[in-house]
Amino acid sequence: MVLETMRVIDWKRTMQFRNGRITRRAVLIGAAQAGVAASVPSRYQPSLAAEPSASLHEYLVWDVHGHLNTPGDTPRERIDNLLKFADRMGIERVIVFMGYPWAYDPSPDDVRRQNDQVLQAVKRSRGRAFGFAYLNPKHTEESLDELDRCVRDGPMVGVKLWVAIRCREKCLDPIVRRAVQLKAPVLQHTWYKITGNLPGESTAADLASLAARHPTASFIAAHAGGDWERGIRAIRSATNVTAEISGGDPTAGVVKMAVRELGAERVMYGSDFAGRSFASQLAKVLGADVPENAKRLILAGNIKRMLAPIFAAKGIPL
Amino acid sequence: MIIDVNVSLSRWPFRRLPCDELPRLIEKLRDCGVTEAWAGSFDGVLHKDIGGVNARLIDDCRKSRPGLLRPFGSVNPTLPDWREDLRRCHEDYRMPGIRLHPAYHGYRLDDPVFAELLTQAQRRGLIVQLVVRIEDPRMQHPLMRVPDVDTKPLPGLLAARPELSLVLLGALQTVRGEAITQLIRAGEVYFEISMLEGVGGISSLLGRVPGDRILFGSHCPFFVLESATFKLQESRLLPARANAITHQNARRLLTGVAAT
Repeated sequence: MVLETMRVIDWKRTMQFRNGRITRRAVLIGAAQAGVAASVPSRYQPSLAAEPSASLHEYLVWDVHGHLNTPGDTPRERIDNLLKFADRMGIERVIVFMGYPWAYDPSPDDVRRQNDQVLQAVKRSRGRAFGFAYLNPKHTEESLDELDRCVRDGPMVGVKLWVAIRCREKCLDPIVRRAVQLKAPVLQHTWYKITGNLPGESTAADLASLAARHPTASFIAAHAGGDWERGIRAIRSATNVTAEISGGDPTAGVVKMAVRELGAERVMYGSDFAGRSFASQLAKVLGADVPENAKRLILAGNIKRMLAPIFAAKGIPL
Repeated sequence: MIIDVNVSLSRWPFRRLPCDELPRLIEKLRDCGVTEAWAGSFDGVLHKDIGGVNARLIDDCRKSRPGLLRPFGSVNPTLPDWREDLRRCHEDYRMPGIRLHPAYHGYRLDDPVFAELLTQAQRRGLIVQLVVRIEDPRMQHPLMRVPDVDTKPLPGLLAARPELSLVLLGALQTVRGEAITQLIRAGEVYFEISMLEGVGGISSLLGRVPGDRILFGSHCPFFVLESATFKLQESRLLPARANAITHQNARRLLTGVAAT
């Protein structure tokens, strides 16, 4: 990667946090030092000449979907690199899961190795990054042990399930029950691919089926089902499932439909960094024709509300 | 100042889009700081009456303030008498270029008719916009599955047409790595950023594509326009670099057309 190094600054040194939010003054200073103000459009970018009508940095943003797949020799280097970009985009906190390299059907040892990488990144972030425990439900007993290690006895605050097995299967039930005991939300990759899903890849309907068996659990449908026009419909009646909009192209209309069909309280921002950009995924929300209070719920309010019980149990300040 | 080289008018056949009516689109362009947009038409993707598509495109572009919408007409070389559509774009409508949809029009880039179209466009001094992808193939309508354009024949075609200016639209999730390098070496090819992904995407792209070959493109209204503007911020470009990508490279392309 070639980085524009001249005049690029360390935003962590210039950002000023106030009540957990990045202040406009800090952004304007940072933008000026970075030399971006001369080239940016009017609506969302900080301007030195006048107060912007709506700055990207006026929003509190928590990104609920990210990975360590960025340059760096260690998890610490990788999270440092990612947070540098998060700072530029006004993202206060990120949730990370899965280490590197990935496997569709990881062994219990591989799952532990990846969670250890995430734990290192979380520790390094000094409160900016939270971890969700990555599990392979095919190995149910080992998953329960890993859940205890990472969430009950460790700093992680949720569960991530990917593509090892479709989430409608019964072997997930003990894992979800344990997650409920720990107050941990469960984020499940969901996708409808007209080109064909992986054998263990869940659809949004699979997640709705699991959610119906566990009405007290909190679920996040990652990628809003991929093909979001189908995915949103599939979880519409599953009121304990929240649609998370990461991972797809910044197609116009996804957030508007999600808010219309689910309500703003059941929509969340995530990016799927570093494979996706913060930019394209934030745009889905900030460019959407939805009310301002809906944007604020989607960008941070809903995940903060969902994580409040486990944060309280762990003594983590919101 | 931003010149957005990838904007479309009219309606996408499979979904209403928030800015698929002209007043809303113009408002969005203005809100995001876009001072000029190179506009094709979604109608050009599937309609067979391409002459009508391009006539409406011209009418719509004239409804905006002068210079905001710059029309790029559709040409489908599988239709009878496509050369007349090309002539009208150039001579009657004074368009700076044309927009091609090989995947939707059903021809490959090694088809001799495509080579002829490029030759004629070069002779007329028209910019050629080639749409590699409109929509993620995983999410298309089940009865309308359209693969990305296979660009492998392009280096050879470009090398034989050194005066041709080719802008690839929606290419950067499809054309990657060495294929990009080959295209850059082969001729005057440009990439726009609408499909570019990954954290710090433009910074990464600059490791493979010279800064004077990258254009600002949003794929609006199919994509949210802010996606492209936010990418500028995420990569924290030097002002000179940002200015080149947001408008100077596109302006230079247009100047070349005018000179021709």
